[in-house]
Amino acid sequence: MLRFIVRRLLITIPTILVVISITWVLIKLAPGNFYSGEKRLSPAIEQNIREKYGLDKPWYQQYGRTMWTIIRHLDFGTSLKYEGQSVNTIIARSFPVSAAVGILAYLLALVVGITAGSIAALKQNSKWDYTSMALAMLGISVPNFVLGPILVLIFSLGLYWLPPSRWEGFPSRNLILPVLTLSAIYMAYIARLTRAGMLEVLRSDYIRTARAKGLSERDVLLKHALRGGLMPVISYTGPALAFLLTGTVVVERIFALPGLGNYFIQASLNRDEPLIIGIVAFIAIVLLLMNLLVDIAYAYLDPRVRYQ
Amino acid sequence: MSTEKEPEPDDLVHIGPEMAVAEADLHPDDAFVRGTSLWRDAWRRLLKNKLAVFGLVVVIVVTIASIIGPTVIQHTFGFTPDYIPTHDQKLTKSMPPFKGPNNEFSWLHPMGTDNAGRDQLARVLQGGQISIFVAMVSTLVSLLIGVSYGAIAGYLGGRIDNVMMRLVDVLYSLPYVIVVIVLLSMFRSQTPRGQLTLLFIALGSVSWLTMARIVRGQILSLKNQEFVLAARATGVSTSRIIFRHLVPNTLGPVIVYATLTIPQIMLTEAFLSFLGFGVQPPLASWGSLAADGVQNIAIFPWQLIFPGATMALTLFSLNFLGDGLRDALDPQMRTV
Repeated sequence: MLRFIVRRLLITIPTILVVISITWVLIKLAPGNFYSGEKRLSPAIEQNIREKYGLDKPWYQQYGRTMWTIIRHLDFGTSLKYEGQSVNTIIARSFPVSAAVGILAYLLALVVGITAGSIAALKQNSKWDYTSMALAMLGISVPNFVLGPILVLIFSLGLYWLPPSRWEGFPSRNLILPVLTLSAIYMAYIARLTRAGMLEVLRSDYIRTARAKGLSERDVLLKHALRGGLMPVISYTGPALAFLLTGTVVVERIFALPGLGNYFIQASLNRDEPLIIGIVAFIAIVLLLMNLLVDIAYAYLDPRVRYQ
Repeated sequence: MSTEKEPEPDDLVHIGPEMAVAEADLHPDDAFVRGTSLWRDAWRRLLKNKLAVFGLVVVIVVTIASIIGPTVIQHTFGFTPDYIPTHDQKLTKSMPPFKGPNNEFSWLHPMGTDNAGRDQLARVLQGGQISIFVAMVSTLVSLLIGVSYGAIAGYLGGRIDNVMMRLVDVLYSLPYVIVVIVLLSMFRSQTPRGQLTLLFIALGSVSWLTMARIVRGQILSLKNQEFVLAARATGVSTSRIIFRHLVPNTLGPVIVYATLTIPQIMLTEAFLSFLGFGVQPPLASWGSLAADGVQNIAIFPWQLIFPGATMALTLFSLNFLGDGLRDALDPQMRTV
C-alpha cells in the first residue's frame, strides 16, 4: 500500500508540472497580453512594468523562472491585476469559500443521494423508485446556472426567505441557496449510482448467505449491502470533484461569492497570467491529491482490490 | 485495467490450419445476417421503452423546430431572431409571454420578448440551432479522436498500449474545463465563427477519453477472434484491420456512448457560453440566452425560464434516449 501511494505521488508531481506548462504555453501562444487591454499604457511605463515582472526576457528564461519559483518555493508570484497581492494570498483567501460551498454540497448530495438511491433499489419498480429516478434525471438535466437563478427567484425575490447572494462567513443563511444549487446534480448522479450498485449487490450470493444465516434485515442492508452497493459512488468521487470545481465556478458567479472560481474567471478575462497559472496549478494539485485519497479509500473498502 | 492475456505475435503463426477451417466455415452472408438482426432486436427493445421513445420524439421535434422554426416565424409573423419591432423602436422593452402590445392575450410572442423587443421563441429556436450544432460537431470530433486512439492502443497492445492508456489516465485527472476556459479566453476569436470553431476543437479534444477507453476494451476482446487472424493471414495492412474490420464491430457501444456524450457536451457548451467564453453575439446558444436572462431575472423571469426550460427538456430527452439505447444495444454495459 505504501509503495502504491509513493508511486502515485511520483506520477502526480510531473502531472502537475505538465498542467502548469500547458497553461503557460497556452497563455504565451495567445496573441496579446495583460497590457493590450483598453487602457493603453505609455510605452515607457509598459517597458518598466515588463522589466519588473521579467516579461522582457526571452521565453525560455521566463518559463524557467516561473517553473523554478513554483518548484523551489511554491510561489506563484504576484497578481498583475490585484496589485501588491501575491497569488498565494489570493488563493489562501478564496479557497476556503469554495471549499465550504463544495464540501457542504457534496455532503448534502451524499446523504440525499444515497438515501434516495437505496430506497429506489429496495423498492424497485414502486412509485418511490419511479419518483426518485425521475427527479434524479431532472437533476441531471437542469443546468445549475438555470436552477440557481430560479431558486433565487422563488426563495429570495418571491418568498423573501433567504438572501439572494453575498458571502457572510461560514455558517450563514447565505450558503443555503448556493449549496442547494451546486449539490443538485451530484444528488442525482449519486442516487442513480447507488440504485444501480444496490440492485446488483442485493442479487448477489453473499447477501443471500447473510440472510440465510439469520441476520436481521437491518444488518444485512447496513453492514453488507450498503458497503458493496456504494462502490460505484466512491469511484465516482474523482469525476465528482472535477464536476464540483466547474460547478463552483458558475455558482460563485451567480451568488457573487469571492471563491476560487470567481477569481479564476476574472483572471482569465483580465489575462492575469500569474493568477491563472496559480489557480490552475492549485486546482490540479487538489484534484490529483483527492483522486489519490479516493483510490486509497477504494482499496480499503473493497478487499478484492490490491495494489502492488 | 484489463486482465486479458495478449498473445505474442509469434503464437499466431502456429494456428494457421484452424484459421483456414474457420474461414471455410464462414458463410459469406453470416456476418451480415447476424448484424441486421442485432440492430432489429435493439430497435424493438428501444420501442418498448416508453421514456426512450419520448426522448427520441422530443429530440427530433426540437431539432426540426430549431432548423426550420426561425424561417417559419420569419415568414408568418415577420420576426427574425434579430428583428426589433418598428412600433416602439425608441422604447423597446421586454414583453411577457402571450401579451400583445396592448397587454391583452395574444399568440404573437408565446415566449415573450427580450430586452430589445426581439421575439424570444425565434431566439430560443435559433439558439437551439447553435447548441445542437456545437454538440453534434464536438461529439463527432471526440468520436474521431476517441475511436482511433482507443482502437490503435487496443490493437497494437503491449508497451504502446500501456503508454497510450497511461496518458489517458493522466488526462482523466486534469481539470479539463479549467484548461478549456484558459484556451477559450486566451485565443478569443474576433469573429463569432472563429469562436465557434475554437469551441468545437476545445470541447471535442477534451471529451474523447471515455470513448477511447470503451473502444480499447472492445478491441481487446475482438482482436483475437478468427476474422482478424484471417485478415492478417491474407496480408491486410494493420490500419485496414483496425479501421475496416475491428472498428465497425464496436459500433454498438460507440453509438450508445456518443448519444450520452451529446448532452454532456451541450451542457459544457452552455456552461462556457453562460460564463461568456463560448458562443459570441450576434450568435446565441441556449447558454448565452440563459446568461442574458439571468441579468433580468427579477423583472423579466421568462427571459431565463424559456431558454432554460427548452434546454433542460432537450437534455432530459437526450439522457433518456441514451439510457434507452444502452439498455437496448448492450444490456451488460452499466455506467451512469
